[in-house]
Amino acid sequence: MDRFILGRYINGDSLVHKLDARDKLIISMYFIVIIFLANNWQTYSLLLVVVLGCVGLSRINLGFFLKGVSAMIWLIIFTVLLQVFFTSGGTVYWHWGILTLTHYGIVRGVYVFCRFVLIIFMSTLLTLTTSPLEISDGLESLMKPLKYVKVPVYEIALMLSIALRFVPTLMDETQKIMNAQRSRGVNFGQGKLIDQIKAVIPLLIPLFVSAINRAEDLAIAMEARGYHGGEGRSKYRQQIWHLQDTLALGLFAIVTVALLFLRTW
Amino acid sequence: MSAIIEIENLTYRYAPDDIIPALDNINLSIKEGQWLAIVGHNGSGKSTLAKAIDGLIAPQEGTIKVAGIKLSEDTVWDIRTNIGMVFQNPDNQFVGADVEGDVAFGMENQGIERSEMVKRVHEALTAVNMSQFAKHEPVRLSGGQKQRVAIAGVLALRPNIVIFDESTSMLDPEGHRDIIKLMKKLNTEEKFTVLSITHDIDEAALADRVVVLDNGKIIADDSPEKIFARGQQLIDLGLDVPYPESLKQELAQLDVVVPKEYLSEEGMIDWLCRLLLKN
Repeated sequence: MDRFILGRYINGDSLVHKLDARDKLIISMYFIVIIFLANNWQTYSLLLVVVLGCVGLSRINLGFFLKGVSAMIWLIIFTVLLQVFFTSGGTVYWHWGILTLTHYGIVRGVYVFCRFVLIIFMSTLLTLTTSPLEISDGLESLMKPLKYVKVPVYEIALMLSIALRFVPTLMDETQKIMNAQRSRGVNFGQGKLIDQIKAVIPLLIPLFVSAINRAEDLAIAMEARGYHGGEGRSKYRQQIWHLQDTLALGLFAIVTVALLFLRTW
Repeated sequence: MSAIIEIENLTYRYAPDDIIPALDNINLSIKEGQWLAIVGHNGSGKSTLAKAIDGLIAPQEGTIKVAGIKLSEDTVWDIRTNIGMVFQNPDNQFVGADVEGDVAFGMENQGIERSEMVKRVHEALTAVNMSQFAKHEPVRLSGGQKQRVAIAGVLALRPNIVIFDESTSMLDPEGHRDIIKLMKKLNTEEKFTVLSITHDIDEAALADRVVVLDNGKIIADDSPEKIFARGQQLIDLGLDVPYPESLKQELAQLDVVVPKEYLSEEGMIDWLCRLLLKN
């Protein structure tokens, strides 16, 4: 599970950590949109500088981000190769069957690679500096307008936060069940595909059953503590929008203007 | 002191065609400030009784009154504000994403203001000696610590009654001792009415009063001293006797004349010392 960098949170006290989760969510989503404005080397280097700046401010080891990229590396290589070999135009360097290596193709490939890396860096930055709890709080408050179209925002947020809270508990349990089944002679991840699939059943069924039992216990415990729906509840955790949050948004507004200015139309 | 919980002719069946009801014509009155232990073997109806008192299940017959309010569909939420429950599995009752959040959960449900919640969370965590763990997630806590958080969640709600539904059964001896100490403190210092449903005989021995359930019926209701003096009868019911009592039985088998009445650990030591001095 060490490679699984997405969704991990690293506790810290940096400027990026202190930003409001709503702010970080908006910025990350906005960033993914404005990446598509970039279409030449000036714009890409601007975005790269911005992202590296943010990473630097978070005081998190660059290695974590590279791990995030390496987890997706096959997808990236696949997409880049598609771009490189199937784009026509410009000087042709090499030609074989339907595959052509052109000047445009190489440039497009490099851009796609940059795009991937930038998006992964930015989303990794979001999850590394924001605890899952803050993310679910942030999402809840950003989804609030959806209440007017009868989306049960509170319930979604509650489910999300319970789901997040039980992820490590269920991981522990999975490990325990796996070990218990191994001790009784089940081989996980060995043999033919069909055998491997069959081996998952003694893991999956107990896990499901126990998840259902847990859900029942949890529901009773929640009810005993007076939970009866989202109506009339107060909130213990609060989110405060600081000046630095507005400034961060401002920074990205400036980046957008610069992108519009630098991009080739 | 007046009765805070009154149960009359309570009967409950999980399925309508169950021949033996889970609870069979239970009559019980619990005084304010009392520490009542409910013991019984597996499936004797202990947990069902706890759930019935909190309105988590609806009994088919009988009435339950908590703090003078009769339990019904309209009053169930009022009644629950009087009762705090701590369940068996420390993991499955942890709702919040971190310790603070879990303690605050019950208060959030009541719509209490944030400033008040912050104060109460702090007080409750101090009371259970967990204040330094306020920001910890459940995975980083031991079973006993999670159980203490659950108790803090109950304390923050300031109920009159705390029900422990086998709360110590999944803990190690150390966590177990901690929780029992806390229960005692709640009962003697904070004047909570404590209902502890338990398998653990040593826990029951600390109570003011012990109720023994067997197949959904109350078969004994007395002080722990009198209940545990029954020795063999309890063992026949699938229960155990406290350690001093089993020591006494072993001694009796060696033809030592043992006192008839129940002795606590100190009482036993006392008696043994006197016995040795006499000889």
